[in-house]
Amino acid sequence: MPRYSDSVALPSVVVDDVHKTFKLRHTHSVKETFLAAIKRKQLTTDFNALDGISFTIEEGEAVALMGFNGSGKSTMLKLISGVIVPDRGSVMTRGRIAGLIEVGAGFHPDLSGRENIYLNAAILGMSKKEIDERYDDIVAFSEIEQFIDTEVKHYSSGMFLRLAFSVAIHTEVDVLLIDEILSVGDEPFQEKCLARIRELHDAGKTLVVVSHDLDMVSRLCRRGIVLRGGNVVFDGDSTDAVALMRA
Amino acid sequence: MTGGDPHAGIGLERPGVSRGLIDVFQHRYLLSLIVRKEVQIRYRGSVLGWLWSYVKPLVQFAVFFVALGVFLRLSSSIDAYPLYLLAGMTVIGFFTEAFGNGTRSLVDNAPLIKKIYVPREMFPVSSMIVAAINTFPQMIVVAVIAAFLGWRPTPLGIAAILLGVVIVAVLSTALGMLFGAVNVSFRDAQSFVDIIVMCAVWASPVMYQLSMVRAAFPDWAFTLYLLNPLTPAVELFHYGFWAPLDTSGTNQLPELWLFAGIALLTSVILLFIGQLVFRRLEGRFAQVL
Repeated sequence: MPRYSDSVALPSVVVDDVHKTFKLRHTHSVKETFLAAIKRKQLTTDFNALDGISFTIEEGEAVALMGFNGSGKSTMLKLISGVIVPDRGSVMTRGRIAGLIEVGAGFHPDLSGRENIYLNAAILGMSKKEIDERYDDIVAFSEIEQFIDTEVKHYSSGMFLRLAFSVAIHTEVDVLLIDEILSVGDEPFQEKCLARIRELHDAGKTLVVVSHDLDMVSRLCRRGIVLRGGNVVFDGDSTDAVALMRA
Repeated sequence: MTGGDPHAGIGLERPGVSRGLIDVFQHRYLLSLIVRKEVQIRYRGSVLGWLWSYVKPLVQFAVFFVALGVFLRLSSSIDAYPLYLLAGMTVIGFFTEAFGNGTRSLVDNAPLIKKIYVPREMFPVSSMIVAAINTFPQMIVVAVIAAFLGWRPTPLGIAAILLGVVIVAVLSTALGMLFGAVNVSFRDAQSFVDIIVMCAVWASPVMYQLSMVRAAFPDWAFTLYLLNPLTPAVELFHYGFWAPLDTSGTNQLPELWLFAGIALLTSVILLFIGQLVFRRLEGRFAQVL
């Protein structure tokens, strides 16, 4: 079984009874709020994205978060990365966390590829020394050496994604969060990315993967957690999880 | 939420919980890259580039000088009036830019804030630093003009100018964090800030002299006027750049250093309040943006 609860491995991510409710605000200015209050209209609607989620991920595990759209997968990843914080319960992590969450979020179109590599790697938590050391690998992996001093706005979307992904996957991390990786580049590049992710996993990194490509995630991860309506409905072998998803 | 964590001993931490401004300075490298990016891209695609940051204040200066110095004859009652005006406009310009851009910084960086965790105070702070980088050459220009008119730098004068810069840096960071955090939920903040910024140049002795305010205001109102942290900041710049050229000797604030100290204290207190409000609202940034 992919759960190593009896082993000495330390937990990398501990999610304990996490609740996250989004207030869907219907007003966006003082005026609108005031008018809505006078008319006694509802100002907000609550939406329970996560409703009491608990799980522990051990160091070195590869875990797939599965579920249909709106099941809370991406919210869970954002909680682990610290972009949002839980309303109730706690999320605890150990070591450095980096997310391949919508790669290229920190890219600026007016900067060159080189400048973007440094900026983005620093955003993902790397020091200058670490970036200097990995710079050549990042460029080589992206296969866009000849355009590296060109402004990113002149890149094709494929080139852009290659560079962004290449930066993200070379960050120094202990826990790697991956959201929908297979939207990246052409097939050979996707294969290369998957190979790199496996390499990181073999090196003892913890992976948390969100994807709708069930075959890919079940090959990559031994453990699957299925979310539905903000609750964990299954936590165990990823092939069983996929079977449940397809049921 | 705090205490009683069974995992606390093995290096588990809560992601996304920052120590505020302290974290920003621990991410100095990232801060320097963000500042460099802002400086690089601001005037991308324009022929004059960074010259625009000097054209704008220069035109504003010309307008003020003709209207106030010539038409309203302030030139004849204030010695070296162009220098007086320029020194005050430089410090207010720093405040205006740092505060205005700081307020907008979080909304402008929404894609990043929504997807990756970085200490969010980074954005108002970097706005302030970019404004400071922009202001520094303007101060050099003022110094050159002053030197041309016979000004020589004194250690106390330089100290006054630096103190003025520090007051405005702290004040604009504080207000940038405060209004920036509110602006995430209510964009009204940014329009409100535009008004404050518009008033700033008139609510401090940039174009007129303190003695005129003293003559027109009752004592309590004049004290209130002096408690505006920008008033001592402007006066510190006047002290550093302009006072040595002033022959009348009546245009200076006798309690300059006292009120400068109060201004610094006010700014630091505002910085704490700004940080407090920022942390209160920070948890919702990624959701609201």
